[in-house]
Amino acid sequence: MENNKKQLRIALRNCGFINPENIEDYIAHSGYAALASVLETNDPQATIDVIKKSGLRGRGGGGFPTGLKWEIASKNHADQKYVVCNADEGDPGAFMDRSILEGDPHSILEAMAINGFCIGASKGLIYIRAEYPLAIERLLIAIKQAEEAGLLGRNIFGLGFNFDIELRYGAGAFVCGEETALIHSMEGDRGEPTFKPPFPAQSGYLGKPTNVNNVETFANIPVIILKGWEWFASIGTEKSKGTKVFALAGKIDNVGLIEVPMGITLREVIYEIGGGIKDDRKFKAVQTGGPSGGCLTEKFLDTPIDYDNLIDAGSMMGSGGMIVMDEDDCMVSVAKFYLDFTVEESCGKCSPCRIGNKRLYEILDKITEGKGTMEDLDHLKNLSKVIKDTALCGLGQTSPNPVLSTIENFWGEYVYHVVDKKCPAGQCKALKSYIINPDLCIGCTACARACPVGAIKGEKKMPHEINQANCIKCGACVEKCKFNAISIK
Amino acid sequence: MSVKIHISQKTRTKIEEICESFSNNTGELINVLHKTQDYLGYLPAEAQEVIAQELGISTAKVYGVVSFYSFFTMIPKGRFPISICMGTACYVRGAERILDEFKHLLKLNVGETGADGLFSLASLRCVGACGLAPVVLVGEKVYGRLATDDVRNIVEEYQNVGFTV
Repeated sequence: MENNKKQLRIALRNCGFINPENIEDYIAHSGYAALASVLETNDPQATIDVIKKSGLRGRGGGGFPTGLKWEIASKNHADQKYVVCNADEGDPGAFMDRSILEGDPHSILEAMAINGFCIGASKGLIYIRAEYPLAIERLLIAIKQAEEAGLLGRNIFGLGFNFDIELRYGAGAFVCGEETALIHSMEGDRGEPTFKPPFPAQSGYLGKPTNVNNVETFANIPVIILKGWEWFASIGTEKSKGTKVFALAGKIDNVGLIEVPMGITLREVIYEIGGGIKDDRKFKAVQTGGPSGGCLTEKFLDTPIDYDNLIDAGSMMGSGGMIVMDEDDCMVSVAKFYLDFTVEESCGKCSPCRIGNKRLYEILDKITEGKGTMEDLDHLKNLSKVIKDTALCGLGQTSPNPVLSTIENFWGEYVYHVVDKKCPAGQCKALKSYIINPDLCIGCTACARACPVGAIKGEKKMPHEINQANCIKCGACVEKCKFNAISIK
Repeated sequence: MSVKIHISQKTRTKIEEICESFSNNTGELINVLHKTQDYLGYLPAEAQEVIAQELGISTAKVYGVVSFYSFFTMIPKGRFPISICMGTACYVRGAERILDEFKHLLKLNVGETGADGLFSLASLRCVGACGLAPVVLVGEKVYGRLATDDVRNIVEEYQNVGFTV
């Protein structure tokens, strides 16, 4: 990865540096040393305090303090408790968990065992997407190796602690990233969320206290224990400590995974690490937080990135997808794209999410078709607020965010679609027309032959013309014209 | 209650074995469905009835789970299943145009399988190869950084394989 100066690898510390299928490689990089020290100290509360003081917050999106979550689970007494690793990475455009699982699977197993010891659980479950076959394979190898080495299973390190880890497979449902839905899915049911409380820490998998953490959260644990909470808490901003892994993608020169300290600015990420906008186009927006997040504009480029600043700006951290958009992207279409996703992934249990998001999508579709009215924009705003307030789970409560943030930051673009019936980015098919400039057209017939619907007519060596009623606006003619005679209006 | 089941005895026995390997535990329903789909390629209604009988739950419950998760399908896929990534990174780099071109060339909609069984078309949410956007998968093979012009070549590549075998 280029530009390492701005980056700091904690969660990704071993990815690409060790052989993930060889436990000795991991052990040589201080692997399982944190587990050994936790078991030797034999004071679960002391370890929970270390995590609490480090300031680590959940990396799956919500940002709940990890140490506090562990403490709640540890204080609920039961004959059996569970540790669950949420590896159901479903945000489109995010692949940090996959990279950690494929590149450093033992770090997750070690952290889960530490978590198990702290809360008094002897069983761990990893809920992983079936779409990640390599990650599954490497986890299975890692579990087997750790069991053979006596680092998982019965009487770990001979210190009397038992801990087993099994895999549970997801089956392609975004909502299963929500912890109550994830637990139902692990029990073999439809992955529908339930109202909290009771929280999983009180009544989770099979009705027992369960602690659910995300892959990246777990990946931080062994390092915090080895290097101390003071070290971890010295990185980042006041309320967001440590680093965050982002999947940088979209209209940018360097795409890929980056790990940066909290508090870095979007400008540093996009221009210094990402190398700026592709083809020297103009920056328009950056989308963070996936379908639950929002689009941030130029005015937020110098805002330090942390959980709270992103929420104040109308977006959220999410699991770390970061999609950069340029002037050719239409923000109404982007909002529609995310709503399309939410409509498809809504589990259907509560009506605000099931019906409300569908209505939001329909209004957005109407606007991109050039049939929107100013009242529609009011409806969008009101409906978004109602869905946020009334939906059952995190999916529904955040699903209007892409609409609200684009309305807030790109109001003019919405109005332009509605009043002028034009799409400034030239993305909305219904709002654009292809026109042949008769002064530039030499009548070579290339466009007429390329047109899939035969909408272009004209004599050879005479300027051609596009029949607007038949044109499907596919753009095939523009690609074929060598004389730049066809323009989009 | 007996249900009329049309699948072969061999398939039936295999599904029973799969259920048995998970101790006929209802909590393992999703794993049972994964294994059954690995074996059959899809989950026909009859297979769901067998699973329901073996695990001692209603067919409606099995169908409820099958229809909930996008990974499970009740339609057999084509010999060359084509999946177009519609993740955000692919979307901003023109995945929609790629999808339209496949629809146009194959005369299929998303979720359909052609009458000759050669191709099926699906869209999926992010394969985590955002650096290669836009991405298309044919079976397990990944095609990255595609332009609409590449689509015809991909289709022809597999059509030729399909006809020569």
